[in-house]
Amino acid sequence: MIRRILVTIAAAIVATTAFAAEEVKIGMLQGFTGPTESLVAPMVVGGEIAIQEISDSGAFLGGKTLVSVRGDSTCIDAAAATAAAERLVTSENVVGILGATCSGATTAVLNSVVRPNGIVMISPSATSPALSTIEDDGYFFRTAPSDARQGQIIADILERRGIESAALTYTNNDYGKGLADSIQAAFEDKGGNVTAVAAHEDGKGDYSAEVGSLAAAGGDVLVVAGYLDQGGKGMIQASLDTGAFDKFILPDGMVGDSLTGHFGDAIDGSIGTNPGTDSPGAEMLIEVGMKNDFDKGGAPYVPELYDAAALLLFAMQSAGTTDSAVYKDHVIKVANAPGEKIFPGELAKGLKILAEGGEVDYVGAGAVELVGSGEAAGAFRETVIKGGKWETVMYH
Amino acid sequence: MEIANALALFANFVLVPGTAYGAQLALGALGVTLIFGILRFANFSHGELMSFGTMAVILATWFLQGQGVDISPLPTALLALPAGILVAIAMSLATDRFVFRFYRQKRSNPIVFAIASVGVMFVYAGLVRIVIGPDDQSFADGARFIITAWEFEEMTGLDEGIAIKQSQVVTLVVAVAVMTALFWFLQKTRSGKAMRAYSDNEDLSLLSGINPDRVVMIAWIIAAALATIAGTLYGLDKTYKPFIFLQILLPIFAATILGGIGQPIGAILGGFVVAYSEVMVTYAYKKFLAYLGPADWAPDSLIQLLSTDYKFAVSFLILVAVLLIRPTGIIRGKVIG
Repeated sequence: MIRRILVTIAAAIVATTAFAAEEVKIGMLQGFTGPTESLVAPMVVGGEIAIQEISDSGAFLGGKTLVSVRGDSTCIDAAAATAAAERLVTSENVVGILGATCSGATTAVLNSVVRPNGIVMISPSATSPALSTIEDDGYFFRTAPSDARQGQIIADILERRGIESAALTYTNNDYGKGLADSIQAAFEDKGGNVTAVAAHEDGKGDYSAEVGSLAAAGGDVLVVAGYLDQGGKGMIQASLDTGAFDKFILPDGMVGDSLTGHFGDAIDGSIGTNPGTDSPGAEMLIEVGMKNDFDKGGAPYVPELYDAAALLLFAMQSAGTTDSAVYKDHVIKVANAPGEKIFPGELAKGLKILAEGGEVDYVGAGAVELVGSGEAAGAFRETVIKGGKWETVMYH
Repeated sequence: MEIANALALFANFVLVPGTAYGAQLALGALGVTLIFGILRFANFSHGELMSFGTMAVILATWFLQGQGVDISPLPTALLALPAGILVAIAMSLATDRFVFRFYRQKRSNPIVFAIASVGVMFVYAGLVRIVIGPDDQSFADGARFIITAWEFEEMTGLDEGIAIKQSQVVTLVVAVAVMTALFWFLQKTRSGKAMRAYSDNEDLSLLSGINPDRVVMIAWIIAAALATIAGTLYGLDKTYKPFIFLQILLPIFAATILGGIGQPIGAILGGFVVAYSEVMVTYAYKKFLAYLGPADWAPDSLIQLLSTDYKFAVSFLILVAVLLIRPTGIIRGKVIG
């Protein structure tokens, strides 16, 4: 009896191994534990839906099937992220990595695993500006825009509207400081004048002193890189109370209905920017998710991870191989024009075009356009407050 | 004209907000100094008592607003103030009965009282967060401005406007009324005289037949009323947020010590000195000097003594300077220790 069980098990193992040999493994290196765990759970489902869609199409590299192998990059533990990536590459033999979730973990994996092993990695959610210029040997891409992008968008808007000088205040943390630096650098590049830069602390009762010092420097507008329910609101309140500024530039942390609900039409003419797109891709991904019993197709970074998975596999299809050193040069080619536009749910169509030697322009759920060394340009929505309501002006 | 512009600018950003802030600090410092005079300890729970009283006022304001009561252009909170004061008085009397009386009967060291008051502070803070939550609450209604900066510019033809908020005027009027009433009470009434006697010399006052329990009770009643009024005015003028009452404790203590501990007039003086110092030290004088200097002349830097990040450091500096140079304060008060 025991012998029979053993034989069965042995047979099963042999069968699985034989079967597994046909499969292509994709590393899903995300922060399953730690500060991003609630964010990552739906993201990974979104990414695995893309992998499944391509695997089921039967058109991937002549009918190969795909399997996703998960690894935990955590968010803040660089050593854990590196160990997980090392395992994926050396013992699971994955052909590409989707990850990591946070910028710190991504940088660590990039330096210690991706470059030494020569394997392609696409992050859906690492947004640190430092990753734009890091040495990556051409193996690293991301489908999320750098935080610096918004600074350029805001500088463009100021230039287009003929605003020549601006005072700048930011919430005193990494987000606020980084955003303020990028806005200042981009605006000064375009010949604009940043009259003063001052930090504000969240959670204080009174911001009249901060506004007073900014008012002394002057400026056509006040750029408020803060949070709409925190110090950002206090800065606007104190500016209006003292008559120091009446027009504001409001980056993503400030765009929300609670701001217009509080101030009404007192801040009419103020301009907001936040991530957003008029591309139909986002809606289509939600539908694709529904078909797979997944109702979080619109959750943060789910579109980005779906797109990252699709891009990775399209690049392999385009190159006709799963060898990172070869297909890394195809990632930008499949992401950008020229070519047939591919949206979520149409991955099989894209694979066929590529197999026949045609070209695709993967648009996906997040209107993917890779710029620079291979990062998403990011789609931003420009809004203006009119009659106490946010109104969309255009998309960038 | 240029001088008028410079003065208007200075008034708009320093004088007007500094005066309102000073009145709020003075009311807070009066409460601290009163408790120190009578009970002889630094009451750290005073900031959270302000928060607690203000919370009661806010709840009463919402109730009145819900009933459709409206005294615009004045804020409804003024009508709700008495209810909030009563709640704060009940709370502080209960605290005295269950916490401080125990230590008084044991004749504990003042430091024990002070530490007990830190505990009370945490209990108040917790209660406030349980009842109303840790977020911003807005309860100001009525007209916001007496005159806006823009209207002022229209009226006078100056380039710089002076904005005067209704809450700033309300603060000043209420503060002056409350202070006048307090001084009248302390100088003219029997109970007030008893309190001053008790504060001056406890043993002698007991020999002359003053009832200590009554004096202590009146002290708590006045302190709670002052705390609620100060907190409500601060909330009307700025914003109500439970977190800020720990921060505001520092300038209030600085004002108390600067003015002379146990000295009501000193507390008022101290409140204004601390408020003006905070605003003036962190104000950037670039535009102000540009108006005074020759035409088209402006300094390159902001001419700011201290970045606004260090606003609270001003209170610390004042505290240290006072303790080193004149530990008794402006008006000779008690020395802690």
